[in-house]
Amino acid sequence: MISLRGVGLTFARDGEQTEVLRDLDLDVAPGRFITVLGPSGVGKSTLLRVIAGLLPPSAGEAKVNARAEGFRLPVALVFQDARLLPWRTVLTNVGFGLEHGKIGQSERHDKARAALALVGMPGFEKRYPHEMSGGQRQRVALARALAVDPDILLMDEPFAAVDALTRESLQDELVRIHATTHKTVIFVTHSITEAVYLADEVIAITGKPGRLAASIPIDTPRPRRRDDPDNQPLIARLRAILGEEDSA
Amino acid sequence: MTRTRSLTLGALGFFAFLGLWEALPAFNIVPASVLPPPSALPNAFWREVTSGIWFAGLLTSLRNYLSGLAIGSVLGVALGVATGMSVTLESFLSWVVRILRPIPGLAWVPFAILWFGIDPAAAIFIITTGVFWICYFAALGSVRAVDRDLIEVADAFGFRSAHQKLIKVILPAAAPGILIGLRTALGQAWMAVVASEIFGVPGLGQRMMQASNLLASDIVVIYMATMAALYGLIDTSFVMLQSWVLRWKR
Repeated sequence: MISLRGVGLTFARDGEQTEVLRDLDLDVAPGRFITVLGPSGVGKSTLLRVIAGLLPPSAGEAKVNARAEGFRLPVALVFQDARLLPWRTVLTNVGFGLEHGKIGQSERHDKARAALALVGMPGFEKRYPHEMSGGQRQRVALARALAVDPDILLMDEPFAAVDALTRESLQDELVRIHATTHKTVIFVTHSITEAVYLADEVIAITGKPGRLAASIPIDTPRPRRRDDPDNQPLIARLRAILGEEDSA
Repeated sequence: MTRTRSLTLGALGFFAFLGLWEALPAFNIVPASVLPPPSALPNAFWREVTSGIWFAGLLTSLRNYLSGLAIGSVLGVALGVATGMSVTLESFLSWVVRILRPIPGLAWVPFAILWFGIDPAAAIFIITTGVFWICYFAALGSVRAVDRDLIEVADAFGFRSAHQKLIKVILPAAAPGILIGLRTALGQAWMAVVASEIFGVPGLGQRMMQASNLLASDIVVIYMATMAALYGLIDTSFVMLQSWVLRWKR
């Protein structure tokens, strides 16, 4: 359960105050898949970092109810550029978040292997990040987040840097993983079609500072089609909200 | 050029070099007392080895070398990493560093002798000073250059303390740069060893100077070759260690 009340965030840099987010209310029930749309620099990534507990809000209140018992972390992040540690193999990259001393090495490796299997990357354990394609690295990054078994999965434009075909297969993997693990997902993206294809609910943030512009539930039953004509009015509406700048 | 051809040419050049070297004293173009012919060297080497002087000098020099290297690199890397992680510490030290850093390592010789006498400790001090600065700046630069995004990964996965970030991300990410600094220090430290021994600290360099004063130039060459071989051996071993530590870079 995520509950944001009047959340605002202001950065102070070199004596200058930059207000990034203002007066944001958001409630996310457990297991929901939320996509966040908005133009560049509107504070979508900042919002994820507030939910992750990496940035304290400057105003309002951010409540994140998620369990952290044993080896589990309450929240895990997937970044746009994978951000695997280049000196680690795939296996130890995936086990990274489990190195808090609560479980032993063999159990950690078992969990890492299970996470790799979940993202369709078995057999890649001994590879180094530079030996893989962008899409494969992104799967490993997803496995690293899943390995800590978080209640909440935060994804910051995770598929933006991969080619279109890889992107579609990654989207389908994510939908499958969400359906089997029932994790809450907050997924930031620039692509309206991606947002509509994936989400139970799309929220749009616009303006400077960023505010919540819309929150639209998507009731289309799953499995979905990317070119579903029923979604066209919704896509048009989101496009209008976001302005023409993000028409991907 | 094929491999065999370049190997042959290399060997040819080497033997031409030896031949010329042998010819210069043989035809009395240069007196043998000033330039000993290579054919005289095995004999000289055997005398030094059997008298035990060579091995004793080798051990003493190696001990000074490794002590200075260990102290200097541990202190340099530790302070460099700490300074790289803390802006406060960096500002605090900035003036001191600006004053001490430009002093050439050998300019410390008078103080080394004043503080430690003509003693291995003086040699170790000189070596340590040279190694320290190289390691300090290598560590400082590498730590500052660590990708902030990777540090955020540590944060995101619950490694929030400076100590955890250091172990999980900063040290491994900075390792390539620190190792390059260490390798530079390996060579620098040899120069310091030889220099301090020329000033009288016991070791290979001291024996070399004694031989030079006695005009035993063949023995001088033996010690020059010994130093070169040792440095080559140490550097090669280090490069092997380095590529093993950095095997993830392919």
